[in-house]
Amino acid sequence: MIDIVLALLSTAGALSILFASIGILRMPDFYLRLSVTVKASTLGVGLLLICAAIMFPDVSVTTKAIAIVFFLIITAPIGAHMIGRAAYFTGTPLWKGTIADELAGMYDEETHTLESEEEERDKGDAPNIAETEEETK
Amino acid sequence: MIKNFLMNLLLAAIWVALTGSLYYTNFLFGFMLGFFVLWIMNRNETDQRYFFRDPKIISFAFYFLYEIIKANVQVAFDVITPKYFFKPGIVKYTMAAKTDFEIQLLSTMISLTPGTLIVDISDDKKTIYIHVMYLTDPETFVRQTQTGLERRLLAILR
Repeated sequence: MIDIVLALLSTAGALSILFASIGILRMPDFYLRLSVTVKASTLGVGLLLICAAIMFPDVSVTTKAIAIVFFLIITAPIGAHMIGRAAYFTGTPLWKGTIADELAGMYDEETHTLESEEEERDKGDAPNIAETEEETK
Repeated sequence: MIKNFLMNLLLAAIWVALTGSLYYTNFLFGFMLGFFVLWIMNRNETDQRYFFRDPKIISFAFYFLYEIIKANVQVAFDVITPKYFFKPGIVKYTMAAKTDFEIQLLSTMISLTPGTLIVDISDDKKTIYIHVMYLTDPETFVRQTQTGLERRLLAILR
């Protein structure tokens, strides 16, 4: 019984890491690559660690696995947020199929503060969406 | 509220000490026993919030797990098939969450669901900007998140 659970969980974990690595190669722009990689690898590592916790009936292994999963869940989204924000600031273009960019023109160029209310936009604040596939490769 | 939780932890620790086996299943069983004992003891108290909150947290954990698995399957399908099905975009989302702790939890939950990524939070802490992979319509996405994830999360925290 417990072998079947372990096999299912570890297969799901390994597959999700595999899909994350294929996603890095296949996704068309930076934000999609980031989006696919961070989540799938968090889930994959989490599932494999839960497998380790179930497999070894040792308290120290369980506590370590729980602690690692906890810190992974806390830190991975923050890392993704900071990388994505830095990419947006440096002008990394979005994929050409992007249908909406409500963040365009909301930043203050000088102070880097971000507004929440819609103000009148300048003409130069068009969304930074790529026009060809090659721009985002 | 916090007093009940600490009491419950103490009862679970007593159960572990008495049975003498420190496994997580045994600890969970002791926690459930302690929850049941506290529930019986507090039947006549006015403050019953703790006993409604524990089942809510458990149901939220399962709901969140279901959402993660559903979205992961969707993304994995898109990764391995040759055609791209997604319509990405950056959406402005006005939060109902007010304190730093609520915002932190909400943004972690949104970030952990595959296909959504927090790009930035406005400086007055009212809106977040989310990069969504499967965006058919920005208003539908905002409404779904508001009625689904955020309402459930705030029901636990408040």
